[in-house]
Amino acid sequence: MVMLVVAFVSFSLFNFVGDPINNMVGEETSDEERVELRETLGLTDPIYIQFSRFVGNASKGNFGISYQLKRPVSELISERLPATIELVLISALIALVSGTLLGVYTGINRKGFLSDIILAISLLGVSLPTFVIGILFIYLFAVILGILPSFGRGEVVSLGYWTTGFLTLSGLKAIILPSVTLSLFQMTYIIRLVRAEMMEILQTDYIKFARARGIKEKSIHYKHALKNGLIPVITIAGINIGTLIAFSIITETVFQWPGMGFLFIQAVQFVDIPIMSAYLVFIAFVFVMINFIVDILYYFIDPRIRVKAEAVSG
Amino acid sequence: MDNHKLTLLNRIKDSDVYFSFIKSPTAIISTVILVIIFFCSFFVELVTPYNPFDPSSLSLMEAFTPPSWTEGGLSKFILGTDGQGRDMLSTILYGSRISLIVGFSAVIFALVLGVGLGLSAGYFGGKYEMIIMRLTDVQLTVPSILMALLVDGIARGIISREMHDEMAIYVLIFAIGISEWPQFARVSRAATLVEKNKDYVSASTIIGVSNIIIMFKHILPNIMRPVLVIGTIGLALAIIAEATLSFLGVGVPPTTPSLGTLIRLGNDFLFSGEWWITFFPAMFLVLLAFSINLLGDWMRDTLNPKLN
Repeated sequence: MVMLVVAFVSFSLFNFVGDPINNMVGEETSDEERVELRETLGLTDPIYIQFSRFVGNASKGNFGISYQLKRPVSELISERLPATIELVLISALIALVSGTLLGVYTGINRKGFLSDIILAISLLGVSLPTFVIGILFIYLFAVILGILPSFGRGEVVSLGYWTTGFLTLSGLKAIILPSVTLSLFQMTYIIRLVRAEMMEILQTDYIKFARARGIKEKSIHYKHALKNGLIPVITIAGINIGTLIAFSIITETVFQWPGMGFLFIQAVQFVDIPIMSAYLVFIAFVFVMINFIVDILYYFIDPRIRVKAEAVSG
Repeated sequence: MDNHKLTLLNRIKDSDVYFSFIKSPTAIISTVILVIIFFCSFFVELVTPYNPFDPSSLSLMEAFTPPSWTEGGLSKFILGTDGQGRDMLSTILYGSRISLIVGFSAVIFALVLGVGLGLSAGYFGGKYEMIIMRLTDVQLTVPSILMALLVDGIARGIISREMHDEMAIYVLIFAIGISEWPQFARVSRAATLVEKNKDYVSASTIIGVSNIIIMFKHILPNIMRPVLVIGTIGLALAIIAEATLSFLGVGVPPTTPSLGTLIRLGNDFLFSGEWWITFFPAMFLVLLAFSINLLGDWMRDTLNPKLN
C-alpha cells in the first residue's frame, strides 16, 4: 500500500515535472517528430495505463534512462548500491554496539566522572551537523595526522554483482572515517535511550530478586537487565537505519563515497528526474522492509509476543 | 503612556518566565550570545569594516591570509581571508544573515501551516482531523532532511534553469518549511484538544462567536507556549538544514553565500592547509545552533513541563 502511494508520487514526478520529451530531444527536433516519439513512448495513453506500465517496469527494476549520464538508472543504482549498503551497515553496527555499551555503562555508573564526559560529548554530538563532524575528521585524521584516506572507497574487490571494500586494506581504511561520522549522531540517541532504559529496569522487582539470589552483578546487568532494555532499542535502530540512509547522502558527499546518496545529490543538482524517482522508490522499499524485519525481531526477543502469537495460531 | 509601560515592565518582572530566566545561567548566556549574533548579522554593514561583496575593496594579494594570531596573519583580518581576499569575519556575518533569514522564514512558514492545520484539526475533529494526522504520521517517518532534499529537487525541476539562482532562497525556505510542519501540527492539535473543552470556548460558542474567531482569537493565544518551544528548537533545525543543503550544493548559490555555502567553498582549501576558511564558518554555525538548542531546552523546561 505504502509502496503504491510512493510509486504514484514518483510516477507523477516523472511525468509532470517538466516535459519528458523536452528532456530527451534536442532543440532542433520538429513538432512531428515530437508527436511521433510521444506515441511510441506511450505518453498519449490514458494516465492509468501509463501508471500500471510504470509500476510494472519498476517492479522489474526498470526506471528508464538518466537524463544526465545517459545510462539506464537500474545499472547506475546497482553499481552504487554496494557502497552505500556497506557504509550504512558498518555505521549501524558501530552505533548499535558502542551506543549500547556506553549506554549501559552510563546507566549503571550514574554519577561517575566518565559518565558525565560521555553524556556531555553526546549532547555536543546532537548539535554538531553531520557534515561539520566529517570535515573535522578529515582535517584531523587525513590532513594533520595523515593516517586515513579522506575520500573514495580505496581498492574494491568485485564479487559478481557486488563490489566490496572489506577485502583490501585500503578499502577497510577508507570506510573508517565515513562510517564513524555517520554513526555518531545515531550513537548519541542510542546512548540516551539505553541509559534511560537501564536506569528504569534496575529498579524493578525481578532485578532485586536476582540480586537476592546472589547472582553476579555483571550477569544481572548484561543478561537480565539489558535483554529487556533492548526492545525499544531495536525499534529505534530500525527507524535509524532509514535515517542513516538519508544521512548517508551528506556523509557520502563529504567523503566523496561513490554510493547512492552521492548519485542522488548529483541528480538533484542536475534535475535528473529518473534517478530521483528511482531513489524515492528504493528508499520507500527500504523503509517498508525495515519495519517488517523489526516486527519479526520482536517475535524473537520478546517472549510475550511469541506466546501471544502461538496462542492465537492454536 | 509612561504609566502603561511601567505596568507592562512590572508584569514581565513578576512573571514566572522571568523568574526562571534569571535563575538559569545557561539561558542567560545563550541569550546574550544569540543577541550579539542577531545584532551583528542584521546590522552587518555597520559592524564589519569591509564589504566582502564589493569587488573594489578586495585585493587578491591579500588572499589566504591566516588568522591574525598565527604566523603571517594581518591584524586587520582577525580571522584571516579566503581565496578571493575577502575578510572571513565579515563574510561569516553576511553569511549568517542569510542563514538566519532562511531559518526564520522557514520556521514561520512551518509554524503558520502547521498551527493552522493542527488547530483546525483539533477543533473540528472527524475525518478532517484523521486525514491531517495521518499525513503527519507518514511524513514523520521520513527523515526531514530527505524530505527537504526531495522538495528542493522537485522545485528545481519545475522552475526553469535561468531562474534557479534567483529563486533558490525561496525554494529553500519552502523545502525546509514543508519538512518541519508536522511537528507544529501535532503539538497544536494536542493543545487544542485540551483547550476546546474549557468553559471559555463553550461560552463563546453559545453567544454566537464564529468558529474562525474562536480558533484564532481565543484558542490560539492559549496554545502558543508549546508552539514557541517547538519553534525555537525548529529554528536550530532549520538553520542546520539550510547549512546542510547549501553544503551539498543544492541551497543558496555562491554569489550570496550562507554559512553552509561558505563551509563548502572552504572545504576545497582544507588539503592545502588553509583550515580557517572552512573552520570558522563551521564553528560559527555550531555556536549558533548550540545556543538556540540550549535556549530551546530551557524554554521546554519552563514553558511546558509536559513536553518532557
